[in-house]
Amino acid sequence: MRQISTVTGQAIPLNRADVDTDQIIPKQFLKRIERSGFGEFAFFDWRKDPDFITNDPRYKGAPIMLAQQNFGCGSSREHAVWAIEDMGVTAIIAPSFGDIFRTNCSKVGLVTVELPHDDVNYLMSRMEELPSTQIVVDVASQTVSVAGTDWKRQFSIDPFVKYRLLNGLDDVGLTMQHTDLIGEFESHRSALKPNTSNAFANTVKTP
Amino acid sequence: MTNDRPKTIIEKIWEEHLVRAHEGEPDLLYIDLHLVHEVTSAQAFESLRMNDRKVRRPELTLATVDHNVPTIDRTLPNPDPLSAQQIEVLRENCKEFGVPLWDIFDLRQGIVHIISPEHGLTQPGMTIVCGDSHTSTHGAFGALAFGIGTSEVEHVLATQTLPQAPIKTMSVEVTGTLGRGVTPKDVVLAVIRKIGVDGGIGHVIEYRGQVFRDMSMEGRMTVCNMTIEGGARAGLVAPDETTFAYLKGRDMAPQGEDWDKAVAYWKSLTTDEGATFDTYVELKGEDIEPHVTWGTTPAQSVGISQAVPKPEDAGTEWAQETAERSLKYMDLQAGVPIQRISIDRVFLGSCTNGRIEDLRAAAAIVKGHTVASTVKAMVVPGSGLVKQQAEAEGLDVVFKDAGFEWREPGCSMCLGMNPDILLPGERCASTSNRNFEGRQGAGGRTHLVSPEMAAAAAIAGHFVDVRDIK
Repeated sequence: MRQISTVTGQAIPLNRADVDTDQIIPKQFLKRIERSGFGEFAFFDWRKDPDFITNDPRYKGAPIMLAQQNFGCGSSREHAVWAIEDMGVTAIIAPSFGDIFRTNCSKVGLVTVELPHDDVNYLMSRMEELPSTQIVVDVASQTVSVAGTDWKRQFSIDPFVKYRLLNGLDDVGLTMQHTDLIGEFESHRSALKPNTSNAFANTVKTP
Repeated sequence: MTNDRPKTIIEKIWEEHLVRAHEGEPDLLYIDLHLVHEVTSAQAFESLRMNDRKVRRPELTLATVDHNVPTIDRTLPNPDPLSAQQIEVLRENCKEFGVPLWDIFDLRQGIVHIISPEHGLTQPGMTIVCGDSHTSTHGAFGALAFGIGTSEVEHVLATQTLPQAPIKTMSVEVTGTLGRGVTPKDVVLAVIRKIGVDGGIGHVIEYRGQVFRDMSMEGRMTVCNMTIEGGARAGLVAPDETTFAYLKGRDMAPQGEDWDKAVAYWKSLTTDEGATFDTYVELKGEDIEPHVTWGTTPAQSVGISQAVPKPEDAGTEWAQETAERSLKYMDLQAGVPIQRISIDRVFLGSCTNGRIEDLRAAAAIVKGHTVASTVKAMVVPGSGLVKQQAEAEGLDVVFKDAGFEWREPGCSMCLGMNPDILLPGERCASTSNRNFEGRQGAGGRTHLVSPEMAAAAAIAGHFVDVRDIK
């Protein structure tokens, strides 16, 4: 996972609530077996509307996305995070996020910032009125600020997600340091738990 | 954390799977079962390969193909080369990493959340994950089951564990009894309508109350399945005699002496008297009528006796804006009675309502009738075994005689990754779980309903109240 301390730049004001991952990356693109190259398909159907916000050249290359509550709800497809990442976005600010989407962001290395509605609305209006506005997301100090102004807000973040973001740590590697504890757990795990050992055998063909 | 305070079933399962707890870090939980399918696993296996890692416990893993498979003659080549490639990649990965795979010509193939319960592999007290948000289905057995992303799939493959940040608990209690024609699908749509699509964020739900006690395992699976549509990653029902009766004798459930030991343990999996939840929600079973969604989120639903609501009646400013957008997409006018909405397509199937009980309920409505001439309807059984059972009972004949297409098992038109999709503008009565824009095909319009309501709509050509039939 890449290391992230601050994200500075413009934000794309996507002023919608309950944006589900089917909108972020429609199903027809989930057939790809690669992990990259999803950016050109992000918001595929919404982007057919020339007025859709990601088509606005004033926000081209913005590293931050602003959205309303429950962003990334629905399907667990991590392809949604890969698509947003591939658009060049590294931080998303919204009043709340879908649980699986937020976890996926933390694994890929995107910062999800939760701010109250009023603060998100302020940033949304500001970006709509003054697209050149520079927003600073600082992971270490857990703050969002508007460059050149006094506006600054604190946000909360899971301390371990923060640690991993600041150090670029992949958590498979971190967990593998505890292989002994996993082995110990397995040594006294109930023998009554099912397993799929017999799932290999007796392949049953359809008539 | 003391061990003698009253606990919820959620806390009990969590604590029993705790591999490591450390201040300032998420708890590391052991995963009892990892279900794998073709769409969300390729990149995870690739990453294992790049990092020279193995699958730690292949025998706690089971793979199948469901999202991409065609539901027509499978002896023909897959019409979509990308789908064919993705399925082939899963085959190669399962072979290389030693993971059992129930492949396309295996009778046991089917939707991942249907096949595990029907073999008795899903059991009370387990932790179950899958790279699919509807993994919550398995909560019906009193298991802690939730959907994960591809990075987490890789994590579980490599370590058989998953770090989990603290969760909140929610009690959703539905008291009393359900009226005639009111199904588990209507219960869960009513719950989501009440809590909203984000009401469950950060929570695990326990479904409590008489309505769930009286519900079949199939019904509990329908309810738990749609938990994610209310924002909660997992939802469960404490196991009881209904659970044990369902599991007994299934080929992957404990047998003989082990069965008695397992049941004794399963009986301990209830929420203790005096345990508290972070959030409480309560509904009366008698208040719930058959539901139909009118919008593009699963919370946008009303009873069949109602009309499409006016956006200005929505609670918050946001709900109003969302309702206006939804009505425009759905091409509906506020105030139109739901029963006057005509449909073009009917989809009966999915991990929500593709089980044998669902097909029986729909067939009972269909029997002796004909699908309306304006409607194209299809039934997609949830698994090879569901299909076999339905055919043994003659349900396929009932459906085919009425004009339904009878297909091979898979996810099909729930998400339309295979050729089963809506055309732009088509309106569908669907027993699936998501009415998102374009979910069943770009420009398609989805109304979520129970199998009975879908069957009745197929015959009438528009929505009707199943309570008026017979």
